[in-house]
Amino acid sequence: MYKFLLCLRYLKTRWIALASIVSVTLGVATLIVVNSVMDGFTTQMQDRMHGILSDIVVESRSSVGIAQPGWYEERIRARLGDSLSGVTTVVTLPAMMTFQHNGTSHTQHINLIGIDQKTYASVSDFSKYLLHPENKEKLDFALKQTGYAPDRKRLQPSGWEYRKPVSRYRKASADNLREEKQIEEARYHDLQEQIKAQEPEGDDSALGSLMAGPSIQIQNAAQQAQGFDAEFDQRTGIVLGIGLGSVRGREPDGSVDDFFYLRPGDDVSVTFPNAGTPPRGINESFTIVDFYESKMSEYDSTFAFVPIEKLQQSRGMIDPRTGAGAVTSIQIKLKPGADLNAARDVLRDEFPVSHEFVEVRSWKETQGPLLAAVQLETTILNILLFMIIAVAGFGILATFFMIVVEKTRDIGILKSLGATGPGIATIFLGYGVLLGTVGAGVGVLCGLAFVWKINDIARVIEWITGREVFDPTVYYFDTIPTIIHPFMLVWVTIGAILIAVLASVLPSIRAARMHPVEALRYE
Amino acid sequence: MNNKGPTNKPNSVPPTPHLLQNASKAGGPWRVVHPDEGASQASSPHMPNARLTTFPVPRETNYLIAATGLTKAYRKHQTEVPVLKGVDFAAERGKITAIIGQSGSGKSTLLHLLGTLDRPDEGEIAFDGARIDTLPARQRDRFRNQQLGMIFQFYHLLPELTLLENVLAPAMIGNGALHYWRHRRSIIDRAKHLIELVGLSHRLKHRPRELSGGEMQRTAIARALVTNPSLLLADEPTGNLDQDTGASILQLLRSLNGEHGLTIVMVTHDESIAEQCDSVVRLKGGKVERLGPAPLRSSI
Repeated sequence: MYKFLLCLRYLKTRWIALASIVSVTLGVATLIVVNSVMDGFTTQMQDRMHGILSDIVVESRSSVGIAQPGWYEERIRARLGDSLSGVTTVVTLPAMMTFQHNGTSHTQHINLIGIDQKTYASVSDFSKYLLHPENKEKLDFALKQTGYAPDRKRLQPSGWEYRKPVSRYRKASADNLREEKQIEEARYHDLQEQIKAQEPEGDDSALGSLMAGPSIQIQNAAQQAQGFDAEFDQRTGIVLGIGLGSVRGREPDGSVDDFFYLRPGDDVSVTFPNAGTPPRGINESFTIVDFYESKMSEYDSTFAFVPIEKLQQSRGMIDPRTGAGAVTSIQIKLKPGADLNAARDVLRDEFPVSHEFVEVRSWKETQGPLLAAVQLETTILNILLFMIIAVAGFGILATFFMIVVEKTRDIGILKSLGATGPGIATIFLGYGVLLGTVGAGVGVLCGLAFVWKINDIARVIEWITGREVFDPTVYYFDTIPTIIHPFMLVWVTIGAILIAVLASVLPSIRAARMHPVEALRYE
Repeated sequence: MNNKGPTNKPNSVPPTPHLLQNASKAGGPWRVVHPDEGASQASSPHMPNARLTTFPVPRETNYLIAATGLTKAYRKHQTEVPVLKGVDFAAERGKITAIIGQSGSGKSTLLHLLGTLDRPDEGEIAFDGARIDTLPARQRDRFRNQQLGMIFQFYHLLPELTLLENVLAPAMIGNGALHYWRHRRSIIDRAKHLIELVGLSHRLKHRPRELSGGEMQRTAIARALVTNPSLLLADEPTGNLDQDTGASILQLLRSLNGEHGLTIVMVTHDESIAEQCDSVVRLKGGKVERLGPAPLRSSI
């Protein structure tokens, strides 16, 4: 009883000890903030990855792909049974995208993904990342009149509303160029005639120097398209990752926005390998029908989706005898609650690596290195922050030693009254527990408050320092994502209390071993 | 307390010895001196008139606490400073025994040994007929809590606790938390009764720093009595007080002795106080210079 009473009284009267646990408080608060933010980032990242990648991928390791995807689908459905939610086939390949902007040609690497628009939404959250509301409901790769993210002023106008006037303008420019070409050709013809008249017969050297033709190379769009009119027709639709058609930057007022150099309605040219051996490059033109914004910069800046039939046709992946199209992978979505690893193992058993030329991977394995890197980063941060708390523990140790010295006479008094050594030790250990509890408790409250108001705090810090704490151009998040796991709170609290208790062990032992007579005589 | 340790409060006070001494330095037979018959059997330089008995002292004797051949030295680095050099001591039940001597004579050291706060290098100490100097640490702590009350020159109250809590401290120490909680009303009642006895009922919630020296010593006395001890050890209880306050403290101790039969061993360097005690042990240079009844007894 006296131990508890003295612990409480020391807690109320020894402010120096409370000061020593400020570092514990700060350490705990920092751990909570860092873990919450890291968990927030990780969870959002995983959710998005998971949404994009489906649960399990059966992937071909040959460039030709899986020739009979229907047969694989049947086996997958048979093995997974009720736990299967959806299956789709996909053709994925590296490609180059070329487009014109401000009169210059730009080329960019992309991951070209041929998707089955009927089934692709059943295995991933693909649709919800599209900008046009109709495409969110059902993607049909058709260019819409308008309505692409109306809240994004820099994306307006888009769709046919944009394509028609631009096409008219380009046609008019082409007509003007055609007239200029005719004039040039006439001049060229006259020049030839003049040269022929001036030169002696049989000497064609001067003429040869002019055979390169007129200096202006004219692109006759109408001739190339063989009846295709961009004002009324669209090419095969392509959905581009938003990072492929825009760059994130700042407005003059400092606000962050996407600056689009491509928009729905523009045409792009994509070069990709065919399925032959050796592969040859194929060039196809596509019309941008929407943007895809998962807010995962890696995906948004490389993914481009087209109809799978178009890709199979262009690459020569359709069997002329059966009409079946080959695919490079089969994506599988499981029902909620299904065991991901068990399903993966079932499929690995069904398609053993030794027999099939396919690989079965879960989405976590697909993104293993990235997830492992984030996990490693979180672990190292936790270790570092706990080391900070451990340093705080040494502060507590020093303070406790000081308090034990200060309380030497009290220890002697207690011993003279019959208090045992372990009893004395319990007072200081209990004091350590109390300090740790108070420090960790206040730290938890501070940490939670910080996490709760983290975006407001970030804004205040930005206002004070003039520097952006959380740059949305880098992170693709408007706000700092946070998640608080109760388990994390518990282990951080217990860890901090444990450190405080461990720091009080040595001073407690010293107090317990103190000789009562020497303690009573201590001045 | 096991059967080797001291027993609870004595229930009989036989009319036996008055003084006690050791015949040999290493715990040999003890001599218990009867005042009326010891004069002819002197055998010790310290106690010329003593009758031999054996150690441990039988419970039937009238000595509550007795020690023989106590030596104690303190060591600092390579230097050994002897403080007690073979001290014999005995305190009669229900009496006030004074230990007197000059500074450095070993008075407080002897008191600490009697109070089991320290162990003698040599010699033996018996309480109520059983040795206490060889008890394990935990039993010594319990013995100190249950059988002894201690007061000090500088009061030694716990500054974080109120007056009432200071008085309750030994009871809290001696009882487990659950036991204390169950019996807290009776324990607190006893503490309040003792506080009333020392005249501080109006100061229950006051902290030591809010009390005068005399009040602090009264509090210390109440604290020392809360576990109903058999023996009160007082280390210069008036040494830090003015004459009037010191006199009132002595009056209080005398009344406790007189009315409640409390055995008191008191260290003092004040001859006038020692003279008012039932018996006096005079220490000089770590040895007992004179052991015997006070030369005169006056009312305090």
